[in-house]
Amino acid sequence: MSGPTAFGLCAAVAVGLGLYGLITNPHPLRKLIAFNLLGSGVFLLFGVVGRRGAAASVGNDPVPQALVITGIVVAFSATALAISLLLRLFQKTGSTTLSNVAPPNASSDPSGG
Amino acid sequence: MNIATIFEIVLAAVVLGLGIWTIAVRETYSATVGFVAYGLLVALIWVRLDAVDVALTEAAIGGGLGGVLLLGAAARLRDAEPTVAEAPGIVTRLSAAALSALTAAALAGAIVFLPDPAPTLAPTVVSHASATSLANPVTNVLMAFRAMDTMLEKVVLLLAIIGVWSLAPDNAWGGHPGPRHQADPDGILVFLARLLPPVGIVVAIYIFWTGADHPGGAFQGGAILASMWVLAIMAGLTDTPPVGRRWLRFVLVAGPGLFLLVGLGGLWVGAAFLAYPPALAKPLILGIEVAMILTIAATLGLLLAGAPERGVK
Repeated sequence: MSGPTAFGLCAAVAVGLGLYGLITNPHPLRKLIAFNLLGSGVFLLFGVVGRRGAAASVGNDPVPQALVITGIVVAFSATALAISLLLRLFQKTGSTTLSNVAPPNASSDPSGG
Repeated sequence: MNIATIFEIVLAAVVLGLGIWTIAVRETYSATVGFVAYGLLVALIWVRLDAVDVALTEAAIGGGLGGVLLLGAAARLRDAEPTVAEAPGIVTRLSAAALSALTAAALAGAIVFLPDPAPTLAPTVVSHASATSLANPVTNVLMAFRAMDTMLEKVVLLLAIIGVWSLAPDNAWGGHPGPRHQADPDGILVFLARLLPPVGIVVAIYIFWTGADHPGGAFQGGAILASMWVLAIMAGLTDTPPVGRRWLRFVLVAGPGLFLLVGLGGLWVGAAFLAYPPALAKPLILGIEVAMILTIAATLGLLLAGAPERGVK
């Protein structure tokens, strides 16, 4: 087994693990982490495919590399937005549950915003 | 099997173990720590895949800034562990496991049976490098050949920051993001926050400048600048600026704004949207990158700081 293939298999399992965590873990922050794990696996798959496309004295196909760099930045901003939503939800309701049942101590937000 | 291959297989196994830990561990805080370690080791994988530009980005954003973001959130949500009743039943778990295993197996199969010879755009990118006189093929793709992606990514950053700010409560509208940090003035955090930023700023500018010909660029440099700013904020040496400030908003739109202007200029001069005139390609790209590194640093720092929580006094 060559190095890139090992990384490729690792990436495939990371996608599977992320998907499982995303579905089964009830905590929203854990769901976010699982989703980031899934995304990281997809990026690594790009890297493995790009590594096989090494040519013209470039070690890794630059087009998928550029796509992954863009992807990492976009994933970070989406995660930051999701965490802000989550913190605001916690601030407003005192809980991070995503179910429809309202927690008993709702309207604990002093600011009224 | 040589020593490098053995190292790569061990690295893949450790990364996989951290991935499993991140999903399986009970406490949210431990999962977060596991994910940060995972991100840093994934950066090593990127080095082994000969993609140093991606490795720098992954280490700075995926491991560093992303780690601060997740750890901060985990610390603030510590008391909010959901009750057991919310956990899904055994049927959901089993079907999720089956679905995930199938997905992973399909991807693994795709990796093992990739077509040979592999399709590649590397020769095309290298043969057109003379058009921009930049030697780093990744920077060429980011700033010239697929500049549209990079411009739209700046717009995504802008939309994300608008989304975060719009979560501010009424009394903090336009105010300072995040809590005001206090630290022991003789502590190690304050010491590092005084010592590291001068070095970090020089490193960031070097990584930005060398990105024309070697691994590096505006993303990586901007992420390092942002982390120096965040360090100073977390040590309480400076406060986050009120988000209503005009100069701040100008910095935030400078990158995408200049990119858009140059793009429209390309349309006006004749060739196409985002087409640089060949004689001016390098100065134009450099100008866009200078605006972009400032925008990226400010946006990443403010995304970490979160929604405004304190009004302007």
